[in-house]
Amino acid sequence: MHQLYTWVIEPGFFASAPVRTAVAIGGVVAVVSAVVGLFTVMRGQSFAGHAFGDVSAAGGSGALLIGISPLTGFIGLGVIGAGMMELIGIQRVRGRDLATGIVLGAAIGLTALFLYLDTSASATTGAAQQILFGSIFTITSSLPLIVTFSVLAVGAIAVMWRPLLLATVSPDIAAARGVPVRLIGIAYMLALAIAVGLSSLTIGAILSTALLIGPAATALRLTRRTGGALVVACVTGVFATWAGILLAYDSYYWGSARRGLPVSFFIVAVIFVVYLLSGLATRRGAGGPRAAALAVGDVIARDKTAAGDQIAA
Amino acid sequence: MFASFMINTWLVATIVAPVAGVVGYFVVLRGSAFPAHAIPNGAFAGAAGAALLGISTLIGLAVFSLLGALGIGVLGRRGRRDVATALALVMMLALGAAFLSRTTEYEPEIYSLLLGEVLGVSTLELWPVLGLGIVSIAAIIVLYRPLMLSSAVPEIAEAKGVSRQRIEICFLLVVALATAMTLPVVGALLIFSLMIGPPAAARSFTSRPVLAMLLSVGIALATVWIAIAASYVYNWPIGFFVGAFGALAYGAGRGWAAWRRARTVASRPAVAAAHST
Repeated sequence: MHQLYTWVIEPGFFASAPVRTAVAIGGVVAVVSAVVGLFTVMRGQSFAGHAFGDVSAAGGSGALLIGISPLTGFIGLGVIGAGMMELIGIQRVRGRDLATGIVLGAAIGLTALFLYLDTSASATTGAAQQILFGSIFTITSSLPLIVTFSVLAVGAIAVMWRPLLLATVSPDIAAARGVPVRLIGIAYMLALAIAVGLSSLTIGAILSTALLIGPAATALRLTRRTGGALVVACVTGVFATWAGILLAYDSYYWGSARRGLPVSFFIVAVIFVVYLLSGLATRRGAGGPRAAALAVGDVIARDKTAAGDQIAA
Repeated sequence: MFASFMINTWLVATIVAPVAGVVGYFVVLRGSAFPAHAIPNGAFAGAAGAALLGISTLIGLAVFSLLGALGIGVLGRRGRRDVATALALVMMLALGAAFLSRTTEYEPEIYSLLLGEVLGVSTLELWPVLGLGIVSIAAIIVLYRPLMLSSAVPEIAEAKGVSRQRIEICFLLVVALATAMTLPVVGALLIFSLMIGPPAAARSFTSRPVLAMLLSVGIALATVWIAIAASYVYNWPIGFFVGAFGALAYGAGRGWAAWRRARTVASRPAVAAAHST
Protein backbone atom coordinates (compact mmCIF):
# COMPACT_ATOMS: atom_id res chain seq x y z
CA MET A 1 0.00 0.00 0.00
CA HIS A 2 2.78 2.35 0.95
CA GLN A 3 4.56 1.30 -2.23
CA LEU A 4 1.56 2.28 -4.29
CA TYR A 5 1.29 5.58 -2.49
CA THR A 6 4.89 6.55 -3.19
CA TRP A 7 4.55 5.34 -6.74
CA VAL A 8 1.72 7.77 -7.34
CA ILE A 9 3.01 10.60 -5.18
CA GLU A 10 6.77 10.73 -5.10
CA PRO A 11 8.37 11.55 -1.74
CA GLY A 12 8.63 15.14 -0.72
CA PHE A 13 5.66 16.31 -2.74
CA PHE A 14 3.60 17.82 0.04
CA ALA A 15 6.64 19.08 1.90
CA SER A 16 7.98 21.09 -1.02
CA ALA A 17 7.25 24.80 -0.75
CA PRO A 18 7.27 25.49 -4.49
CA VAL A 19 4.76 22.69 -4.91
CA ARG A 20 2.44 24.13 -2.29
CA THR A 21 2.64 27.57 -3.91
CA ALA A 22 2.05 26.03 -7.31
CA VAL A 23 -0.98 24.13 -6.06
CA ALA A 24 -2.49 27.21 -4.45
CA ILE A 25 -1.86 29.63 -7.31
CA GLY A 26 -2.60 27.02 -9.94
CA GLY A 27 -5.92 26.23 -8.35
CA VAL A 28 -7.02 29.86 -8.12
CA VAL A 29 -5.95 30.59 -11.68
CA ALA A 30 -7.70 27.48 -13.00
CA VAL A 31 -10.97 28.62 -11.46
CA VAL A 32 -10.71 32.08 -13.02
CA SER A 33 -9.88 30.63 -16.41
CA ALA A 34 -12.75 28.18 -16.22
CA VAL A 35 -15.30 30.84 -15.28
CA VAL A 36 -14.26 33.29 -17.98
CA GLY A 37 -13.60 30.50 -20.47
CA LEU A 38 -17.17 29.28 -20.16
CA PHE A 39 -18.34 32.43 -21.86
CA THR A 40 -15.45 32.41 -24.32
CA VAL A 41 -16.58 29.02 -25.58
CA MET A 42 -20.26 29.99 -25.57
CA ARG A 43 -19.49 33.11 -27.56
CA GLY A 44 -17.42 31.07 -30.03
CA GLN A 45 -14.40 33.26 -29.36
CA SER A 46 -11.73 30.62 -28.93
CA PHE A 47 -9.54 32.34 -31.49
CA ALA A 48 -9.79 35.68 -29.71
CA GLY A 49 -9.05 33.92 -26.43
CA HIS A 50 -5.96 32.43 -27.97
CA ALA A 51 -4.95 35.77 -29.44
CA PHE A 52 -5.05 37.23 -25.93
CA GLY A 53 -2.50 34.62 -24.97
CA ASP A 54 -0.10 35.86 -27.60
CA VAL A 55 -0.70 39.48 -26.64
CA SER A 56 0.03 38.41 -23.06
CA ALA A 57 3.30 36.92 -24.25
CA ALA A 58 4.33 40.25 -25.71
CA GLY A 59 3.37 41.94 -22.46
CA GLY A 60 5.30 39.49 -20.33
CA SER A 61 8.46 39.66 -22.40
CA GLY A 62 8.20 43.43 -22.58
CA ALA A 63 7.84 43.56 -18.80
CA LEU A 64 11.01 41.51 -18.39
CA LEU A 65 12.78 43.96 -20.64
CA ILE A 66 11.92 47.02 -18.60
CA GLY A 67 12.35 45.20 -15.33
CA ILE A 68 8.80 45.00 -13.98
CA SER A 69 7.02 41.86 -12.95
CA PRO A 70 5.83 39.59 -15.75
CA LEU A 71 2.35 39.46 -14.25
CA THR A 72 1.95 43.21 -14.74
CA GLY A 73 3.03 42.84 -18.32
CA PHE A 74 0.82 39.83 -18.95
CA ILE A 75 -2.29 41.55 -17.69
CA GLY A 76 -1.34 45.09 -18.71
CA LEU A 77 -0.85 44.46 -22.39
CA GLY A 78 -3.84 42.14 -22.38
CA VAL A 79 -6.03 44.99 -21.18
CA ILE A 80 -4.60 47.31 -23.82
CA GLY A 81 -5.09 44.57 -26.38
CA ALA A 82 -8.73 44.24 -25.33
CA GLY A 83 -9.22 47.92 -26.00
CA MET A 84 -7.54 47.71 -29.40
CA MET A 85 -9.53 44.69 -30.44
CA GLU A 86 -12.71 46.53 -29.51
CA LEU A 87 -11.56 49.38 -31.75
CA ILE A 88 -10.74 47.39 -34.86
CA GLY A 89 -13.29 44.63 -34.45
CA ILE A 90 -15.87 44.22 -37.19
CA GLN A 91 -19.29 42.69 -36.81
CA ARG A 92 -19.03 40.07 -39.51
CA VAL A 93 -17.50 36.85 -38.18
CA ARG A 94 -14.97 36.46 -40.96
CA GLY A 95 -13.75 40.01 -40.71
CA ARG A 96 -13.36 39.57 -36.98
CA ASP A 97 -11.21 36.46 -37.42
CA LEU A 98 -8.93 38.24 -39.86
CA ALA A 99 -8.49 41.25 -37.58
CA THR A 100 -7.82 38.89 -34.67
CA GLY A 101 -5.22 37.08 -36.73
CA ILE A 102 -3.46 40.28 -37.68
CA VAL A 103 -3.34 41.48 -34.07
CA LEU A 104 -2.07 38.05 -33.08
CA GLY A 105 0.66 38.14 -35.70
CA ALA A 106 1.78 41.59 -34.68
CA ALA A 107 1.78 40.53 -31.02
CA ILE A 108 3.93 37.50 -31.71
CA GLY A 109 6.28 39.66 -33.73
CA LEU A 110 6.59 41.95 -30.73
CA THR A 111 7.21 38.95 -28.50
CA ALA A 112 9.98 37.83 -30.83
CA LEU A 113 11.58 41.25 -30.62
CA PHE A 114 11.26 41.58 -26.85
CA LEU A 115 12.57 38.08 -26.16
CA TYR A 116 15.52 38.72 -28.42
CA LEU A 117 16.27 41.99 -26.64
CA ASP A 118 15.78 40.26 -23.28
CA THR A 119 18.41 37.67 -23.98
CA SER A 120 20.93 40.06 -25.44
CA ALA A 121 20.41 42.74 -22.81
CA SER A 122 20.59 40.72 -19.65
CA ALA A 123 22.28 37.51 -20.75
CA THR A 124 19.78 35.55 -18.68
CA THR A 125 18.48 32.35 -20.15
CA GLY A 126 15.03 30.99 -19.64
CA ALA A 127 13.07 34.08 -20.64
CA ALA A 128 11.41 32.42 -23.61
CA GLN A 129 10.58 29.31 -21.65
CA GLN A 130 9.17 31.27 -18.73
CA ILE A 131 6.99 33.59 -20.79
CA LEU A 132 5.77 31.12 -23.37
CA PHE A 133 5.45 27.97 -21.31
CA GLY A 134 4.97 29.17 -17.78
CA SER A 135 6.87 29.07 -14.53
CA ILE A 136 4.49 27.63 -11.99
CA PHE A 137 7.24 26.43 -9.68
CA THR A 138 9.08 29.74 -9.64
CA ILE A 139 6.38 32.35 -9.41
CA THR A 140 7.63 35.55 -7.82
CA SER A 141 4.35 37.45 -7.81
CA SER A 142 2.60 37.43 -4.48
CA LEU A 143 -0.43 35.29 -3.79
CA PRO A 144 -2.49 38.24 -2.48
CA LEU A 145 -1.94 40.13 -5.75
CA ILE A 146 -3.00 37.11 -7.77
CA VAL A 147 -6.05 36.60 -5.61
CA THR A 148 -6.98 40.26 -6.02
CA PHE A 149 -6.92 40.03 -9.78
CA SER A 150 -8.81 36.75 -9.63
CA VAL A 151 -11.55 38.21 -7.47
CA LEU A 152 -11.76 41.15 -9.87
CA ALA A 153 -12.27 38.94 -12.90
CA VAL A 154 -14.61 36.42 -11.30
CA GLY A 155 -16.48 39.19 -9.52
CA ALA A 156 -17.09 41.03 -12.77
CA ILE A 157 -18.50 37.88 -14.35
CA ALA A 158 -20.66 37.18 -11.30
CA VAL A 159 -22.09 40.69 -11.29
CA MET A 160 -22.89 40.54 -15.00
CA TRP A 161 -24.03 36.95 -14.97
CA ARG A 162 -27.59 37.16 -16.28
CA PRO A 163 -27.12 40.00 -18.78
CA LEU A 164 -23.86 38.45 -19.98
CA LEU A 165 -25.54 35.09 -20.48
CA LEU A 166 -28.41 36.68 -22.35
CA ALA A 167 -26.09 38.79 -24.49
CA THR A 168 -24.06 35.68 -25.25
CA VAL A 169 -26.92 33.43 -26.22
CA SER A 170 -28.99 36.00 -28.04
CA PRO A 171 -27.56 39.51 -28.50
CA ASP A 172 -30.69 40.74 -30.28
CA ILE A 173 -33.05 39.76 -27.50
CA ALA A 174 -30.61 41.19 -24.98
CA ALA A 175 -30.49 44.51 -26.79
CA ALA A 176 -34.27 44.53 -27.07
CA ARG A 177 -34.49 44.07 -23.32
CA GLY A 178 -32.22 47.02 -22.66
CA VAL A 179 -29.06 45.10 -21.90
CA PRO A 180 -26.00 47.26 -22.74
CA VAL A 181 -24.50 44.63 -25.01
CA ARG A 182 -21.44 46.61 -26.08
CA LEU A 183 -20.55 47.62 -22.52
CA ILE A 184 -20.93 44.06 -21.30
CA GLY A 185 -18.76 42.90 -24.17
CA ILE A 186 -15.99 45.26 -23.13
CA ALA A 187 -16.23 44.24 -19.46
CA TYR A 188 -16.09 40.60 -20.48
CA MET A 189 -12.99 41.20 -22.62
CA LEU A 190 -11.28 42.86 -19.67
CA ALA A 191 -12.07 39.84 -17.51
CA LEU A 192 -10.68 37.70 -20.31
CA ALA A 193 -7.47 39.73 -20.40
CA ILE A 194 -7.05 39.22 -16.65
CA ALA A 195 -7.80 35.50 -16.83
CA VAL A 196 -5.31 34.94 -19.64
CA GLY A 197 -2.73 37.12 -17.92
CA LEU A 198 -3.02 35.09 -14.73
CA SER A 199 -2.79 31.73 -16.43
CA SER A 200 0.23 32.94 -18.37
CA LEU A 201 2.03 32.74 -15.03
CA THR A 202 1.22 29.14 -14.37
CA ILE A 203 0.95 27.53 -17.76
CA GLY A 204 2.57 30.01 -20.11
CA ALA A 205 1.12 32.68 -22.35
CA ILE A 206 0.70 30.62 -25.48
CA LEU A 207 -0.68 27.62 -23.62
CA SER A 208 -3.12 29.67 -21.54
CA THR A 209 -5.80 28.81 -24.08
CA ALA A 210 -5.88 25.25 -22.77
CA LEU A 211 -7.00 26.33 -19.30
CA LEU A 212 -9.39 28.84 -20.80
CA ILE A 213 -11.12 26.68 -23.37
CA GLY A 214 -10.58 23.04 -22.41
CA PRO A 215 -12.43 22.70 -19.10
CA ALA A 216 -15.25 24.96 -20.28
CA ALA A 217 -15.70 23.06 -23.55
CA THR A 218 -15.63 19.76 -21.68
CA ALA A 219 -18.27 21.00 -19.25
CA LEU A 220 -20.53 22.25 -22.02
CA ARG A 221 -20.35 18.87 -23.68
CA LEU A 222 -21.44 17.11 -20.52
CA THR A 223 -24.26 19.30 -19.29
CA ARG A 224 -26.70 21.73 -20.79
CA ARG A 225 -27.29 23.78 -17.65
CA THR A 226 -24.98 26.78 -17.38
CA GLY A 227 -24.69 26.58 -13.60
CA GLY A 228 -23.73 22.93 -13.80
CA ALA A 229 -21.28 23.67 -16.59
CA LEU A 230 -19.64 26.29 -14.40
CA VAL A 231 -19.03 23.78 -11.62
CA VAL A 232 -17.80 21.07 -13.97
CA ALA A 233 -15.46 23.53 -15.70
CA CYS A 234 -13.92 24.70 -12.42
CA VAL A 235 -13.48 21.17 -11.13
CA THR A 236 -11.95 20.03 -14.42
CA GLY A 237 -9.57 22.97 -14.55
CA VAL A 238 -8.38 22.57 -10.98
CA PHE A 239 -8.06 18.81 -11.36
CA ALA A 240 -6.01 19.18 -14.52
CA THR A 241 -3.73 21.75 -12.89
CA TRP A 242 -3.13 19.68 -9.77
CA ALA A 243 -2.71 16.47 -11.72
CA GLY A 244 -0.25 18.28 -13.98
CA ILE A 245 1.76 19.51 -11.01
CA LEU A 246 1.86 16.02 -9.51
CA LEU A 247 2.85 14.38 -12.79
CA ALA A 248 5.56 16.96 -13.42
CA TYR A 249 6.93 16.44 -9.92
CA ASP A 250 6.88 12.69 -10.36
CA SER A 251 8.44 12.87 -13.80
CA TYR A 252 11.75 13.84 -12.23
CA TYR A 253 11.92 10.32 -10.88
CA TRP A 254 11.11 8.61 -14.16
CA GLY A 255 14.10 7.10 -15.84
CA SER A 256 17.60 7.86 -14.70
CA ALA A 257 18.06 11.27 -16.27
CA ARG A 258 16.57 13.11 -13.29
CA ARG A 259 15.05 15.62 -15.68
CA GLY A 260 11.32 15.99 -15.64
CA LEU A 261 8.94 17.19 -18.28
CA PRO A 262 7.41 20.66 -18.13
CA VAL A 263 4.38 21.16 -15.90
CA SER A 264 2.49 22.99 -18.59
CA PHE A 265 2.85 19.99 -20.89
CA PHE A 266 1.16 17.74 -18.33
CA ILE A 267 -1.62 20.22 -17.60
CA VAL A 268 -2.39 20.62 -21.28
CA ALA A 269 -2.22 16.88 -21.84
CA VAL A 270 -4.66 16.16 -19.02
CA ILE A 271 -7.05 18.82 -20.31
CA PHE A 272 -6.83 17.40 -23.81
CA VAL A 273 -7.42 13.82 -22.70
CA VAL A 274 -10.36 14.82 -20.52
CA TYR A 275 -11.87 16.70 -23.45
CA LEU A 276 -11.50 13.67 -25.71
CA LEU A 277 -13.04 11.43 -23.08
CA SER A 278 -15.98 13.81 -22.72
CA GLY A 279 -16.56 13.32 -26.42
CA LEU A 280 -17.00 9.61 -25.79
CA ALA A 281 -19.38 10.29 -22.92
CA THR A 282 -21.66 12.47 -25.00
CA ARG A 283 -21.84 9.94 -27.76
CA ARG A 284 -22.54 7.06 -25.44
CA GLY A 285 -25.01 8.16 -22.77
CA ALA A 286 -25.44 11.30 -20.67
CA GLY A 287 -29.02 11.70 -21.78
CA GLY A 288 -28.55 10.51 -25.32
CA PRO A 289 -27.57 12.28 -28.49
CA ARG A 290 -30.50 14.65 -28.46
CA ALA A 291 -29.79 15.92 -24.98
CA ALA A 292 -26.14 16.30 -25.86
CA ALA A 293 -27.12 18.28 -28.90
CA LEU A 294 -29.11 20.57 -26.69
CA ALA A 295 -26.05 21.38 -24.63
CA VAL A 296 -25.76 25.12 -24.28
CA GLY A 297 -22.85 25.38 -26.64
CA ASP A 298 -24.77 23.91 -29.52
CA VAL A 299 -27.87 25.90 -28.76
CA ILE A 300 -26.03 29.08 -29.57
CA ALA A 301 -25.04 27.75 -32.92
CA ARG A 302 -28.39 26.35 -33.77
CA ASP A 303 -31.39 28.27 -32.55
CA LYS A 304 -30.55 31.53 -30.83
CA THR A 305 -34.13 32.69 -30.45
CA ALA A 306 -35.34 29.60 -28.66
CA ALA A 307 -32.45 29.78 -26.25
CA GLY A 308 -33.12 33.42 -25.60
CA ASP A 309 -36.68 32.57 -24.68
CA GLN A 310 -35.42 29.81 -22.45
CA ILE A 311 -33.12 32.14 -20.56
CA ALA A 312 -35.53 35.05 -20.51
CA ALA A 313 -38.37 32.95 -19.16
CA MET B 1 23.65 41.55 -47.03
CA PHE B 2 24.12 39.62 -50.21
CA ALA B 3 27.12 37.76 -48.91
CA SER B 4 27.32 34.07 -49.73
CA PHE B 5 25.86 32.94 -46.43
CA MET B 6 22.80 35.09 -47.01
CA ILE B 7 22.06 33.85 -50.49
CA ASN B 8 20.20 30.82 -49.23
CA THR B 9 18.04 32.97 -47.04
CA TRP B 10 17.03 35.15 -49.99
CA LEU B 11 16.36 32.09 -52.12
CA VAL B 12 14.25 30.38 -49.49
CA ALA B 13 12.23 33.52 -48.89
CA THR B 14 11.64 33.95 -52.61
CA ILE B 15 10.33 30.39 -52.81
CA VAL B 16 8.30 30.65 -49.62
CA ALA B 17 6.53 33.96 -50.23
CA PRO B 18 4.62 33.05 -53.40
CA VAL B 19 3.37 29.83 -51.81
CA ALA B 20 2.23 31.75 -48.75
CA GLY B 21 0.60 34.32 -50.98
CA VAL B 22 -1.36 31.80 -53.02
CA VAL B 23 -2.36 29.44 -50.21
CA GLY B 24 -3.02 32.44 -48.00
CA TYR B 25 -5.50 33.81 -50.51
CA PHE B 26 -7.73 30.82 -49.87
CA VAL B 27 -7.07 30.95 -46.14
CA VAL B 28 -8.48 34.46 -46.11
CA LEU B 29 -11.29 33.61 -48.52
CA ARG B 30 -12.39 30.66 -46.42
CA GLY B 31 -12.01 32.46 -43.12
CA SER B 32 -9.56 29.78 -42.01
CA ALA B 33 -7.30 32.09 -40.06
CA PHE B 34 -7.43 29.97 -36.92
CA PRO B 35 -6.46 26.63 -38.52
CA ALA B 36 -3.75 28.45 -40.46
CA HIS B 37 -2.39 29.56 -37.10
CA ALA B 38 -2.86 26.19 -35.45
CA ILE B 39 -1.28 23.90 -38.02
CA PRO B 40 2.20 25.45 -37.77
CA ASN B 41 2.18 24.57 -34.09
CA GLY B 42 1.99 20.94 -35.13
CA ALA B 43 4.98 21.63 -37.33
CA PHE B 44 6.80 23.06 -34.32
CA ALA B 45 6.15 19.85 -32.38
CA GLY B 46 7.37 17.86 -35.37
CA ALA B 47 10.58 19.81 -35.68
CA ALA B 48 11.21 19.47 -31.96
CA GLY B 49 10.51 15.76 -32.06
CA ALA B 50 12.79 15.36 -35.06
CA ALA B 51 15.56 17.17 -33.23
CA LEU B 52 15.09 14.82 -30.28
CA LEU B 53 15.13 11.69 -32.42
CA GLY B 54 17.93 12.98 -34.60
CA ILE B 55 16.03 12.66 -37.87
CA SER B 56 15.58 15.24 -40.59
CA THR B 57 13.78 18.33 -39.38
CA LEU B 58 11.85 18.67 -42.59
CA ILE B 59 10.39 15.16 -42.24
CA GLY B 60 9.32 15.89 -38.69
CA LEU B 61 7.82 19.18 -39.83
CA ALA B 62 5.89 17.64 -42.68
CA VAL B 63 4.60 14.62 -40.76
CA PHE B 64 3.40 16.57 -37.75
CA SER B 65 1.90 19.35 -39.87
CA LEU B 66 -0.13 16.78 -41.76
CA LEU B 67 -1.11 15.02 -38.52
CA GLY B 68 -2.11 18.36 -37.04
CA ALA B 69 -4.21 19.26 -40.05
CA LEU B 70 -5.94 15.88 -39.96
CA GLY B 71 -6.44 16.17 -36.22
CA ILE B 72 -8.09 19.55 -36.54
CA GLY B 73 -10.28 18.30 -39.34
CA VAL B 74 -11.38 15.17 -37.50
CA LEU B 75 -11.78 16.72 -34.04
CA GLY B 76 -13.66 19.60 -35.55
CA ARG B 77 -16.28 17.29 -36.93
CA ARG B 78 -17.10 15.84 -33.51
CA GLY B 79 -17.09 19.03 -31.45
CA ARG B 80 -17.14 22.73 -32.17
CA ARG B 81 -14.68 23.77 -34.84
CA ASP B 82 -13.03 26.62 -32.96
CA VAL B 83 -12.69 24.63 -29.73
CA ALA B 84 -11.15 21.68 -31.56
CA THR B 85 -8.68 23.95 -33.33
CA ALA B 86 -7.72 25.71 -30.09
CA LEU B 87 -7.16 22.49 -28.14
CA ALA B 88 -5.27 20.80 -30.96
CA LEU B 89 -3.09 23.90 -31.20
CA VAL B 90 -2.09 23.97 -27.55
CA MET B 91 -1.66 20.21 -27.36
CA MET B 92 0.84 20.32 -30.21
CA LEU B 93 2.64 23.32 -28.71
CA ALA B 94 2.86 21.55 -25.36
CA LEU B 95 4.18 18.42 -27.07
CA GLY B 96 6.82 20.49 -28.78
CA ALA B 97 7.78 22.05 -25.47
CA ALA B 98 8.03 18.59 -23.91
CA PHE B 99 10.23 17.29 -26.75
CA LEU B 100 12.46 20.32 -26.54
CA SER B 101 12.86 19.99 -22.79
CA ARG B 102 14.61 16.67 -23.40
CA THR B 103 17.21 18.13 -25.71
CA THR B 104 20.15 20.07 -24.44
CA GLU B 105 19.57 23.28 -26.35
CA TYR B 106 16.17 24.12 -24.98
CA GLU B 107 16.19 27.87 -25.12
CA PRO B 108 17.68 28.74 -28.51
CA GLU B 109 15.78 25.90 -30.14
CA ILE B 110 12.42 27.16 -28.89
CA TYR B 111 13.30 30.53 -30.12
CA SER B 112 14.37 29.68 -33.63
CA LEU B 113 11.63 27.13 -34.27
CA LEU B 114 8.84 29.34 -33.03
CA LEU B 115 10.06 32.74 -34.05
CA GLY B 116 12.25 32.16 -37.06
CA GLU B 117 15.92 32.16 -37.86
CA VAL B 118 17.20 34.07 -40.80
CA LEU B 119 20.44 32.21 -41.17
CA GLY B 120 19.14 28.74 -40.55
CA VAL B 121 18.91 27.45 -44.09
CA SER B 122 21.51 25.19 -45.62
CA THR B 123 21.81 24.60 -49.35
CA LEU B 124 20.77 20.99 -48.87
CA GLU B 125 17.47 22.13 -47.41
CA LEU B 126 16.68 24.36 -50.36
CA TRP B 127 15.66 21.49 -52.63
CA PRO B 128 13.04 19.88 -50.38
CA VAL B 129 11.64 23.35 -49.66
CA LEU B 130 11.38 24.02 -53.38
CA GLY B 131 9.82 20.60 -53.88
CA LEU B 132 7.22 21.10 -51.17
CA GLY B 133 6.47 24.53 -52.55
CA ILE B 134 5.87 23.18 -56.04
CA VAL B 135 3.66 20.42 -54.66
CA SER B 136 1.63 22.96 -52.68
CA ILE B 137 1.09 25.23 -55.69
CA ALA B 138 0.32 22.24 -57.89
CA ALA B 139 -2.27 21.07 -55.39
CA ILE B 140 -3.93 24.47 -55.45
CA ILE B 141 -3.99 24.44 -59.25
CA VAL B 142 -5.46 20.96 -59.37
CA LEU B 143 -8.07 21.79 -56.74
CA TYR B 144 -8.72 25.26 -58.10
CA ARG B 145 -12.27 24.94 -59.37
CA PRO B 146 -13.78 22.91 -56.53
CA LEU B 147 -11.81 24.95 -54.02
CA MET B 148 -13.04 28.28 -55.39
CA LEU B 149 -16.59 26.99 -55.60
CA SER B 150 -16.56 25.56 -52.11
CA SER B 151 -14.96 28.65 -50.65
CA ALA B 152 -17.09 31.27 -52.36
CA VAL B 153 -20.46 29.54 -52.68
CA PRO B 154 -20.45 26.43 -50.47
CA GLU B 155 -24.12 25.52 -50.95
CA ILE B 156 -23.92 25.63 -54.72
CA ALA B 157 -20.73 23.61 -54.53
CA GLU B 158 -22.50 20.94 -52.49
CA ALA B 159 -25.31 20.86 -55.02
CA LYS B 160 -22.72 20.31 -57.72
CA GLY B 161 -21.28 17.35 -55.86
CA VAL B 162 -18.28 19.05 -54.27
CA SER B 163 -18.13 17.71 -50.74
CA ARG B 164 -17.42 20.59 -48.38
CA GLN B 165 -15.78 18.35 -45.82
CA ARG B 166 -13.54 16.66 -48.37
CA ILE B 167 -12.37 20.00 -49.68
CA GLU B 168 -11.82 21.25 -46.14
CA ILE B 169 -9.54 18.34 -45.29
CA CYS B 170 -7.68 18.67 -48.59
CA PHE B 171 -7.22 22.36 -48.07
CA LEU B 172 -5.95 21.90 -44.52
CA LEU B 173 -3.43 19.38 -45.85
CA VAL B 174 -2.21 21.90 -48.41
CA VAL B 175 -1.85 24.47 -45.63
CA ALA B 176 0.16 21.88 -43.70
CA LEU B 177 2.50 21.37 -46.65
CA ALA B 178 2.93 25.09 -47.17
CA THR B 179 3.57 25.46 -43.46
CA ALA B 180 6.24 22.79 -43.37
CA MET B 181 8.18 24.62 -46.01
CA THR B 182 7.89 28.11 -44.59
CA LEU B 183 8.64 27.29 -40.98
CA PRO B 184 12.45 27.26 -41.23
CA VAL B 185 12.50 30.86 -42.39
CA VAL B 186 9.79 32.62 -40.49
CA GLY B 187 9.15 30.29 -37.58
CA ALA B 188 6.00 28.48 -36.54
CA LEU B 189 4.23 31.37 -34.92
CA LEU B 190 4.65 33.76 -37.78
CA ILE B 191 4.05 31.71 -40.88
CA PHE B 192 0.49 32.61 -40.80
CA SER B 193 1.22 36.34 -40.73
CA LEU B 194 2.55 35.80 -44.22
CA MET B 195 -0.54 33.81 -45.13
CA ILE B 196 -2.97 36.39 -43.80
CA GLY B 197 -1.61 39.92 -44.08
CA PRO B 198 -0.65 40.06 -47.77
CA PRO B 199 -3.76 38.22 -49.07
CA ALA B 200 -6.08 40.27 -46.85
CA ALA B 201 -4.51 43.44 -48.19
CA ALA B 202 -4.71 42.16 -51.76
CA ARG B 203 -8.40 41.38 -51.41
CA SER B 204 -9.03 44.89 -50.18
CA PHE B 205 -7.57 46.26 -53.38
CA THR B 206 -9.28 43.94 -55.84
CA SER B 207 -11.98 41.34 -55.79
CA ARG B 208 -10.90 39.50 -58.93
CA PRO B 209 -9.42 36.17 -57.78
CA VAL B 210 -6.41 35.76 -60.04
CA LEU B 211 -5.45 39.41 -59.76
CA ALA B 212 -5.81 39.24 -55.99
CA MET B 213 -3.62 36.14 -55.86
CA LEU B 214 -0.91 37.81 -57.93
CA LEU B 215 -1.09 40.92 -55.77
CA SER B 216 -0.96 38.75 -52.70
CA VAL B 217 2.20 37.06 -53.97
CA GLY B 218 3.72 40.45 -54.72
CA ILE B 219 2.97 41.83 -51.28
CA ALA B 220 4.24 38.63 -49.64
CA LEU B 221 7.50 38.85 -51.58
CA ALA B 222 7.93 42.50 -50.66
CA THR B 223 7.22 41.63 -47.03
CA VAL B 224 9.84 38.89 -46.72
CA TRP B 225 12.47 40.75 -48.69
CA ILE B 226 12.14 43.88 -46.61
CA ALA B 227 11.96 41.75 -43.46
CA ILE B 228 15.19 39.95 -44.31
CA ALA B 229 16.97 43.20 -45.15
CA ALA B 230 15.74 44.87 -41.97
CA SER B 231 16.61 41.84 -39.89
CA TYR B 232 20.10 41.82 -41.34
CA VAL B 233 20.65 45.52 -40.72
CA TYR B 234 19.19 45.79 -37.22
CA ASN B 235 19.88 42.25 -36.03
CA TRP B 236 16.30 42.00 -34.83
CA PRO B 237 14.32 38.79 -35.43
CA ILE B 238 12.83 38.47 -38.88
CA GLY B 239 9.52 37.44 -37.36
CA PHE B 240 9.04 40.86 -35.84
CA PHE B 241 9.24 42.54 -39.22
CA VAL B 242 6.96 39.99 -40.87
CA GLY B 243 4.32 40.49 -38.17
CA ALA B 244 4.66 44.26 -38.36
CA PHE B 245 4.52 44.45 -42.15
CA GLY B 246 1.61 42.04 -42.25
CA ALA B 247 -0.28 44.38 -39.95
CA LEU B 248 0.75 47.40 -42.03
CA ALA B 249 -0.37 45.76 -45.27
CA TYR B 250 -3.68 44.78 -43.72
CA GLY B 251 -4.14 48.29 -42.33
CA ALA B 252 -3.33 49.82 -45.72
CA GLY B 253 -5.87 47.54 -47.35
CA ARG B 254 -8.59 48.45 -44.90
CA GLY B 255 -7.75 52.12 -45.14
CA TRP B 256 -8.01 51.95 -48.91
CA ALA B 257 -11.34 50.12 -48.71
CA ALA B 258 -12.71 52.69 -46.26
CA TRP B 259 -11.53 55.56 -48.47
CA ARG B 260 -13.17 53.97 -51.52
CA ARG B 261 -16.42 53.58 -49.58
CA ALA B 262 -16.32 57.19 -48.45
CA ARG B 263 -15.74 58.36 -52.02
CA THR B 264 -18.63 56.26 -53.30
CA VAL B 265 -20.93 57.69 -50.66
CA ALA B 266 -19.87 61.25 -51.42
CA SER B 267 -20.29 60.92 -55.16
CA ARG B 268 -23.74 59.32 -55.13
CA PRO B 269 -26.50 61.29 -53.44
CA ALA B 270 -28.86 58.35 -53.04
CA VAL B 271 -26.20 56.27 -51.40
CA ALA B 272 -25.21 59.24 -49.26
CA ALA B 273 -28.78 59.60 -48.09
CA ALA B 274 -28.94 55.94 -47.19
CA HIS B 275 -25.69 56.20 -45.26
CA SER B 276 -26.61 59.34 -43.38
CA THR B 277 -29.25 57.60 -41.24
